[in-house]
Parts: sequence; C-alpha cells; structure tokens
Amino acid sequence: MSKKVGFLQGNEAAAHGALYAGCKFFAGYPITPSTEVSEVLSIELPKVGGKFIQMEDEIGAMAALLGGALAGQKALTSTSGPGLSLKQELIGYGCIAEIPCVVYNVMRGGPSTGMPTGPSQSDVMCAKWGTHGDHATIALMPASVQETYDMIVRAFNLAEKYRMPVHVLPDEIVAHMRERIEFREPGELEVIDRTAPSVPPSEYKPYDTKFGDVPPLAAFGSGYKFHVTGLNKLPDGFPTTKAEYVQAEEERQIRKVTANIDEIVEFEEFKLEDAEICVVAYGSTSRSARYAVNEAREQGIKVGMFRIKTFWPFPDKQIKALAEKVKGFIVPEMNLGMCSLEVERCAQGKAQILGINRVDGEPINPEQIIEKIKEVK
Amino acid sequence: MARYELRFSGAGGQGLITAGIILAEAASIHEGKQAVQSQSYGPEARGGASKSEVIIDDVPVDYPKATKVDALLALTQEACDKYSADLKDSGILLYDTDLVTKLPEGGFKKVGFNIINTAKNEVGREIVANIVALGAMIALTGVVSRENGLKAVLSRVPEAFLELNEKAYAAGFEKATAAAK
Repeated sequence: MSKKVGFLQGNEAAAHGALYAGCKFFAGYPITPSTEVSEVLSIELPKVGGKFIQMEDEIGAMAALLGGALAGQKALTSTSGPGLSLKQELIGYGCIAEIPCVVYNVMRGGPSTGMPTGPSQSDVMCAKWGTHGDHATIALMPASVQETYDMIVRAFNLAEKYRMPVHVLPDEIVAHMRERIEFREPGELEVIDRTAPSVPPSEYKPYDTKFGDVPPLAAFGSGYKFHVTGLNKLPDGFPTTKAEYVQAEEERQIRKVTANIDEIVEFEEFKLEDAEICVVAYGSTSRSARYAVNEAREQGIKVGMFRIKTFWPFPDKQIKALAEKVKGFIVPEMNLGMCSLEVERCAQGKAQILGINRVDGEPINPEQIIEKIKEVK
Repeated sequence: MARYELRFSGAGGQGLITAGIILAEAASIHEGKQAVQSQSYGPEARGGASKSEVIIDDVPVDYPKATKVDALLALTQEACDKYSADLKDSGILLYDTDLVTKLPEGGFKKVGFNIINTAKNEVGREIVANIVALGAMIALTGVVSRENGLKAVLSRVPEAFLELNEKAYAAGFEKATAAAK
C-alpha cells in the first residue's frame, strides 16, 4: 500500500505530528506565524475525541495546557515570541511541578511584537532562560516540513518520558514553507506514554523518588488525589523549605536531562570527515548552510556542517570534539549571536568563531555563508 | 533538471501564494520531482507587495528561497520593480500588460498579456487571475506538463468552481503560448 502523502506547511505538519503522537488537548491563543497549528487542530481534535480551546490570552492558554496535561492528556500549545514571553511564568510552573507538555514556538522577529511576518531564530535563549530559576530544558529545531512532523512526535515522547515541558522551535521559514511529506503509519515512529503509578491511590506520591528520577504521574480524575504547587515540595507534593529536600529535588530535576544527554541530543554531521571548517547551523539556516557547503566543496574548500537538531541540552561534547579538529566555526543565525555564545563556550578558544547574524527579516543566504567560509584563517 | 526557481509576485490578495502552492504540488505530487514553496508578505491582508516562490529540482531542495530567479510573474508595477532585480538574463518575465508599463532592463525574455483582464472578461471572474497566470507560467517554462498542472489545479479548488478554473488555466496557457511567439 502506498503511503499517504501531502504537500503541507510546517505548521500543518506539526498539527498532524501531534495527532500521531496521541495529542488530545490543545490550548492556545492565535498569533502569527503559528496560527495554522490551531486552525488544523480546531478541526481535527474533535474528530478523535480531543479538546481544542482558544483561551483569553497566552498566559491562560499555558495554564490550561498544564491542567489538561495533569488530567492525563498529551497537551500542545503553539505560539510565537510575544506569546512565549507571556507563557514563561507557567512554563516555570510546568518545570517545577514536572508536567509533561509541548510548547511549539515559531520564531519571528523581536523583542516584543517585533516583525510578525518575518523569520527569526532569536528565541533560542528565551526557551532556555525565559523562565527564572534553575531548570532543565529540552528544545528541538526542525529544518524541514517532514522533520517538523517527526520532531513533534519526539517532543511528546521526551515530555512524557522525562515528565517536563519540551520546546519545539521552528523559524518562520520552516513553519510556513510547504513541502511534500509522508504521513507516518501507525507503529512507524515510536510513541511513548508517561508511566502510570503502580501503587494504589492510598500509597501514591507524585514525586516519589523510590521509582527513580522520573516518578510516575497519575491522571487527575482517575481516583488519585495529589497536591501540585509551584513551591519546592516534598514527595507528596506539599510545600517544604527543608534544605535537604530542596537541594536534592532541584538536582534531580536537572539530572533527568543531564544523565540522559546522549539519548536526548540529536544532530547531523554533513561532510565533516575531513573538514577544516565547520558551519554550525540549525533550522532553515542549515538549508542555506548545506547549499553553501556543497558550493564551497566544489571550489576545493574542506568545509562541512554540524546541524543542531537538539538545541537544548546543547551538543557540548560534539562541539568540543570538533574544536580539537577544525580551524574555525561559522555560526550563521537569524539573531545577533546566540548559538555562537554556546559554540564559544564549548570551543574554549581552540578554534576561530565567525558569526553571520541577520535580523532584518530576510534569511541568511548561501552566498553570505560562502563568503564567510573564505574568511577563516 | 537542475534547480529551477520561480517567483509569483503581485499584491496581497491576488492569489499568488495559492498559485505557487498549486505549481509546487504539480511538481512534487503529480510529477515526482522535489519542490518547496515559500512566501513573503507584509502585515496587510490585502494590498502590499507579496511574493510566493517555488523551487523545483530533481534532488532535495536545500535553500528554500530563490537565489537567481529563472521565471518571474509580475502582476503589479510595484512587485515588478521590487522583485525583478535577481531575474537571470536567461530567464523569463511574465507580466500583466495593463498593470506593468515600465519594464525592467535585462536580457531576459519578456512576455506580457492582459492577465487580469482575461480572467475578468474572458473567463468571467477576476478571482481566477492567479490560475490564468499559473497556466501561462507553465506554458512558458515547461517545469511541469500541462496535464499535471491541470490535475493540481483541479485537486485544489472546490467542486463548484472546477469548470471556471479549468477555463482560466487553458486561457492562460494558450495566451502565453501565443504571446511568446
């Protein structure tokens, strides 16, 4: 049987990927350039017994998302920069209360309302540090329409497996461009569901570490009653200021990601085997970089690309290893230098780092990258 | 075929994004090639210069935007002025003769006819001007076959408008073929 194919926008593919993952709840507030996700899910979710709700604003949407997720559903919201700023308080709540959910944020110009219809990659730091306090972050960066579909499924898997909010960060170009995609068959991609409690309600504690770093999560309404708060908490969910709990709990929450970093971090190495120069790129910019690498190779320059698929946690180990090998890194990004800071941190002065930074609403084109490649000494 | 870049430009609301999507679908779904469609538009729902780009290739398309345009459609003077600078000398400019009166300089082939007026007065509805233009672009470039272009048009439009769109597509295809002679 031939596969079902479509010619879709990144945003439409995200909505269909969410349905594949078993998403049954969407709460959001429309915002360019992410609105198509809501449009598709408002039609499709009711057909599969799911619920779609358009809230009064982005803050309310994020709060509803956490509620839906605690009620046992796989929950998604979509937004863009200004909405991501508003959601931060509740994203932090999702982190400390360990509530699995997916935040799909299409990056447009900023700060504030910025340039609504222009592309950007300037929310990568906001995804990590937008909410205050120490917390682990997972953020995925799709570069094609098919990958947007597949990565939403993976985002749900990671959220469910590690019991935490997960970000997907397409730029406006990936979100709005159209490509052919294959809808995945059931079973073709792995779908992970959160671990349900194995104990009766009377013995259940929502943060019981005797079950490991990711305690099972019961669904509200299923007979399990428990307390959820934004305060530091005891295993039963009630607040505490006891030093030994607070320190251990914060460290456990970070450890959920750091102890599994090799499984979480995904990347692509393109023509890096003999490369003396490495372009570090993500999202639509990686497509310009691939074009540029192919062109520069034809001119005899030994250059390759490291494509970031998981931005957070950052691929420290891989960039460190590359810094030992290459003369220089080129970091093209539609912001004024965010990924390049991380590359600098990992390279520890061992390789030259040249940024290409654009925030004028136009994509970084292959020509710019080729020129910069030639500047590496 | 090698990478081929097309740009549909005009004013917001003229259906240029739809025309781009239909062409890309014809190439990728009906003709088995690789295609990416992207767009750029301002905050206005109507008016303002708008463009839709389609890149077609035999191998997966990496950079999704145009670098050097092979074929450009201009439905307004503003769009023609704004978006013709990167048209290849070996390329083709298709323009509306009523609305684009100052043509850009360049070695590219210039083909014009009254696209919007054709939709309005010969086909019967101005709203199908984008399909007239699409038929014309396919005739001039040959990036997809006439049949596959039509299949893509018909799979995108509501049933009540199949005949109207088929008529618009044929009018564009034939007028452009005649104008190019």
